[in-house]
Amino acid sequence: MTPTLRRRVFLAAAVVAAALLLWGLTGLPPFGVYEGPYGDVLNQVAVAERKATNVVASVTFDYRGVDTLGEEFILFAAVIGVAILLRARRDEREEPPDEDAADRRAPGTSNAVRVLGLALVGPVVLFGVYVVTHGHLTPGGGFQGGVVLATGALLVYLSGEYVTLRRVSPEVLLDSAESVGAAGYVLVGLLGVAAGATFLANVLPLGQPGALLSAGTIPLINLAVGLEVAGGFILLLSEFLEQTLVIRRPGEVT
Amino acid sequence: MIVLEVAVFLLVAAAGTAVALTRDPLNQAIVASFYGLVLGIMFLVFQAPDVALSQITVGAVALPLMILLALAKVRALEGGRGDDR
Repeated sequence: MTPTLRRRVFLAAAVVAAALLLWGLTGLPPFGVYEGPYGDVLNQVAVAERKATNVVASVTFDYRGVDTLGEEFILFAAVIGVAILLRARRDEREEPPDEDAADRRAPGTSNAVRVLGLALVGPVVLFGVYVVTHGHLTPGGGFQGGVVLATGALLVYLSGEYVTLRRVSPEVLLDSAESVGAAGYVLVGLLGVAAGATFLANVLPLGQPGALLSAGTIPLINLAVGLEVAGGFILLLSEFLEQTLVIRRPGEVT
Repeated sequence: MIVLEVAVFLLVAAAGTAVALTRDPLNQAIVASFYGLVLGIMFLVFQAPDVALSQITVGAVALPLMILLALAKVRALEGGRGDDR
């Protein structure tokens, strides 16, 4: 296929796709108009029923808690899959990270990046903890906060060295954080069964809207998800870094 | 407010086009990171702060990082093969 022909085929396909898209857009309700009944009902009843000021959290971790449990295990399985795919193979050898090599080719991290990274580690970790623990009050929650926490680990790598990252987040700690988080969600769900209600029923005291200790099981589930996501993402980051910095195939340049 | 919405839409369209038009994967990872940030701002403008937070952390930080690390590994492998020939 010549480039000219390829461009013509692309243009024809793009025109058809654009026409279909525009046709679909004309059928949408006007901007800001919501026609489904559930959102309006939830906006009316959710705060009174669950005492969580973040209605999104009461949907994802309470009304639709089982869906989120499934999503959490998708992430769990994905991280395990990556860890298995990126393990050292038999013909590969592990070497000390580039940073320790005397003849390292890449220039060292600049002092500006190191200082900025170091200064940001504390605030980022604090912000991550805040987002996880206030998921039922303000936008955010376990997933978002967990990824922010993992970004803190990335900053440790940027401002220090790979070895520093491994020291502050040993693999056994990451593995257990991920597993305890995933299991914690199920255990909170079983609380409902133990109390004689259904799985994931919100059986804990609900408290007052806006209080840190309110909304029953929602903050607990947020904690579990935050633990799982932070552990999983740092594990993912470490596996990728290890693959790039430590594991060498035969014939691969360092 | 409508000006802000139109502006952020145009910014998303421009950034998305820039990602598609960038040929070098290394540059593309950086442009994709910027695109992730712009998408996050769009979600914020359209009053979805939960989604904006996820989008910024995943789209602007985690995804470009994975691309960069994968690229580093691929380049190290290609360098090794080049030596054998």
